[in-house]
Amino acid sequence: MPSAAHPTPATAEPRSASVLTRGSLVPLARGGGEGAGRGPRETAGTVRAPARSVPRFVWALPPVAALGLIFLYPLALVVQQSFTTAEGETSLQPYGTVFASEAFREALGTTVWLAVGSTVGCLLLGFVLALIIAFVPFPGGRAVTKFIDVFLSFPSFLITLALLFIYGTVGIANGLWTDATGAASGPFQFLTTPWGVLLAEITYFTPFVMRPLLAAFSQLDTAQLEAASSLGARPARIVRQVILPEALPALAAGGSLVLVLCLNEFGIVLFTGAKGVTTLPMLVYSKAMLESDYTAACVVAVVNIAISVGLYGLYRMVSRRVGA
Amino acid sequence: MLVHSRRGRWASWAVFFGLALPVFALPLGVIAAASFATHWSGVFPSGPTLDNYSSATRGESLQALITSLVTAAGASLLALTLGGWAALSAAALGKRGRRTLEALFVLPVAVPSVAVGLAVLVAFSKPPILLNGTPWIVLIAHTVLVTAFAYQSVSAAVRRLDPAYEQAAASLGARPWYVLWRVRIPLLLPSLNAAAGLCFALSMGELSATMMLYPPDWVPLPVQIFTATDRGALFTGSAVAVVLMGTTMLVLLAVSRIRTRATYR
Repeated sequence: MPSAAHPTPATAEPRSASVLTRGSLVPLARGGGEGAGRGPRETAGTVRAPARSVPRFVWALPPVAALGLIFLYPLALVVQQSFTTAEGETSLQPYGTVFASEAFREALGTTVWLAVGSTVGCLLLGFVLALIIAFVPFPGGRAVTKFIDVFLSFPSFLITLALLFIYGTVGIANGLWTDATGAASGPFQFLTTPWGVLLAEITYFTPFVMRPLLAAFSQLDTAQLEAASSLGARPARIVRQVILPEALPALAAGGSLVLVLCLNEFGIVLFTGAKGVTTLPMLVYSKAMLESDYTAACVVAVVNIAISVGLYGLYRMVSRRVGA
Repeated sequence: MLVHSRRGRWASWAVFFGLALPVFALPLGVIAAASFATHWSGVFPSGPTLDNYSSATRGESLQALITSLVTAAGASLLALTLGGWAALSAAALGKRGRRTLEALFVLPVAVPSVAVGLAVLVAFSKPPILLNGTPWIVLIAHTVLVTAFAYQSVSAAVRRLDPAYEQAAASLGARPWYVLWRVRIPLLLPSLNAAAGLCFALSMGELSATMMLYPPDWVPLPVQIFTATDRGALFTGSAVAVVLMGTTMLVLLAVSRIRTRATYR
C-alpha cells in the first residue's frame, strides 16, 4: 500500500518503526501538541481505509449502544419516573411534593455545606502537605507519594470505620481523656453529627487534591524560588507570590473534583449511621430502599445528578483550560 | 528548596508529620490494630486474637471475598473492553465526534453512584430485561461505574501514541485489523494494564450502588463489612476490611508487576 505523505523505509523489519521515530517524523508528530499530532494520523487513516470499508463512526456505535443500554436508558427511565405520579400521569407534582418536604430541604442544605466545607478543608490541608513534600524534601518523600496513591484505591467507608475507634464513645481519644482527667465520659461526641462526616470526608478526599498539586509543583521551575529567595523574599512571600499563582489551576481542578465527589459521597454517611445526617445520596437510598417510594427517590436522584453533572462540566472546562 | 535554615526545615517536617500521620496513617493503623483485638475501650485495644481473621476468611466472609473478586474481575474486563473500544474508535473520529464520545463515557463519574444504582434497579426490574435478584445487575452497575476510568486512561494513552508506528505498519501493507491487533493494542498494553488495576480497585470497594442492588446470594465484601459493623461486630468488620485492603493491594501489585515489551520501549 503506497504512502503518499511520508517517505517509508523499504525494509519490512519491525525495527524500522523505531528508526523512523528517531528520524524526521518525530518533530512533525510531536511538534505542536495535539493539533500537529493529528495531521499524520489522519493521513495514515486515509491510507488504511479502502473505498469499500465502512465509515469510521460505525466502529464507535457498538460501545455507545452498550453504554446506552446499561447507563443512558436506565438514566432516562429515572427521569421519566420522576415525572410520573402514583396514578401514572406525567406531571411536575412529584417535584412539588419533594421540594415541599422538610427532609429534602434539610438534606440539600446538609449536602451542600458538607461538600463545600470538606472541599475547603481538603484544599487547605492538601496545599500545606503537598507544599512540604515538594519544596522541603525529606528522605521517604517518594514513599509518601506512593502511599497517597494506595490510599486513593481504598474505599471511603473505611475512614468512618477507623474514626469509630479513634473518636467513638469508648475510642482512643475519649479513653485518653477519661484516663487523664478521671471523668466518666470524654468530650469527643461529634462522630454522629455532620462534623464527623466532615472530618471523614476531609481525610478521604485530601489525596485527590494533593495529586494534581504535586504534579503542578513538579513542573515549577525551582530557579524561580531560588531567585526570589536570593533577592530576600521570605518563604511565606515566596509561597504567596510565586508558588500559589502556579498552583491555582491545579487547586481549581482538584477542588472542583472533590466538590463533586463529596456531593455524591454515600459510604461515609452510611457508615456514620447517624439519623441526624441525611445527605441527598442518603435520601435517595432511604426513599428507595427503606420507604419503597421510587418516585420520590427518582426526584431526589435527578436533583443530585443535575447539581453534580453541572459542577463536573465546570470542572472539565477548568481542567481543560489549564491543561491538567 | 524553599526553607534553608535547618530549624525551619525541621519545623516544616514536624508540621507535615503532625498533620499527615494522624489524618492518614492513624485510621489505617487503627483498623489493622482493631482486627487483632477483641475489646477496645480506652487508649489501646485489648485481648489480642486471631479469631477475627479466622471468621473473616471462612463462611459468609469468604463467600463475600469470592463474590467481590469475581464481580471486580468481570466488571474490569467489561469496562476495559467497552472503554478501550470506545477510546480507540473515538481517536479515529473528528473533533466533534470525539467530544461527544468523551462526554458520554465520562458522564458516569459525575453521576452519584447511588443514582446509578437506582437507575439500574429501575431499568432492570421490569420487562424487557429482568435482572433484579441476579448477580448480573451488580455486575452491570459496577461496569457502568468503572468504564469511565477505563475510557479516560486508554484515551489518554491513545493520544500519546506515536503515529509513526502504525503508519510504518500500514505503509508496509498491514491491514487495519492487523495494525490494531499487532501494533496499537500491544503499544497500549501498559495503560490497559494500569486501567485494569484502577477498575479492579474501584469495583472491590464499591458500596453505594451495590447497597441498592445486591441480591441475598451475591453479597460483596463492602456490604459484608457494613452488615458486620451495623450489627456491632466492629472487630470482625475490621478484619474483613483488612482482608479487602490486602486483596486489593495484592492484585494492584500483581498487575503492576506485569511487564510487556511496550513497557521498555
